[in-house]
Amino acid sequence: MKSLAELKAIKEKTQAAVGMRQDNEDKIRILVGMATCGIAAGARPVLAALVEEVEKRNLHNVSVSQTGCIGVCQYEPVIEVVAPNEEKVTYVKVTAEKAVRIINDHIVNGNVVTEYTIGSVAK
Amino acid sequence: MRELSLNILDIVQNSISAGSPIITIKVHESTPKKSMLIEILDEGRGMSAEQVLSVTDPFFTTRTTRKVGMGVPLFKMAAEMTGGSFNINSQLGSGTGVKAEFYSEHIDMTPLGDINQTVAMLIRMNPNIDFVFERSLDEQSFTLDTRELRQILEGVPLDTPDVMAWITEFLEENDKELIGGA
Repeated sequence: MKSLAELKAIKEKTQAAVGMRQDNEDKIRILVGMATCGIAAGARPVLAALVEEVEKRNLHNVSVSQTGCIGVCQYEPVIEVVAPNEEKVTYVKVTAEKAVRIINDHIVNGNVVTEYTIGSVAK
Repeated sequence: MRELSLNILDIVQNSISAGSPIITIKVHESTPKKSMLIEILDEGRGMSAEQVLSVTDPFFTTRTTRKVGMGVPLFKMAAEMTGGSFNINSQLGSGTGVKAEFYSEHIDMTPLGDINQTVAMLIRMNPNIDFVFERSLDEQSFTLDTRELRQILEGVPLDTPDVMAWITEFLEENDKELIGGA
């Protein structure tokens, strides 16, 4: 069973490593639509997958946050990738699996996953 | 919504928007009563009596971007479909409480779903808000209170990956012990 002593050990380890962390100015932001429409369409597992993948890969320059309804409820779950000096990319009908691929292809390797973008899905 | 835990995630967004520094989520199951009681309590800005009356109307929302707000009506519908009840108590300046009772053996009962993921994501996405999560089955219960965690963490943020991993495991282990993996 998880104990508070274990949490204390985590605290000590994290405090020791605190100097290594730096706030990167050229942060990439991933926004997940978490209004009623997004949540109903499956945004929660998408958010969880994004957070997990970003942490697993130690992507310190990437932040995952939630936003409200973007206004295209029929395409939810919707996520937006906002990178400095780049055009915003909107992905639609995202699943946890697609979210992992977006992190790998787009965030890590810089290749937009065109087939998941709103431009190729919306007619 | 496919899971009540998604309704909870949605309703808590209202508490966050209301500027609540602390949000309590309670899920109580009773075998003899065959019921599940879900409560969400906040200390946000609260609502006027008039607003309380209108939030269950899908054509009411405080948003200005569009004219509908489905969060509260969907949660109310989920409870009433099982023959249960739904209540909102609110006072301007002191907070809001939402209470829904479900009859869990009713054919229209929506499963609770992954409540642990809801709680973990709420903590992860709102590191400046405190959350209290209480889960019980008859006489057995467990509580996660981020205020207690903060005391131990002494400034280490709750959204630190190792801390989140601890929280997730804490929830899963206690859930398993309480519900027996069912």
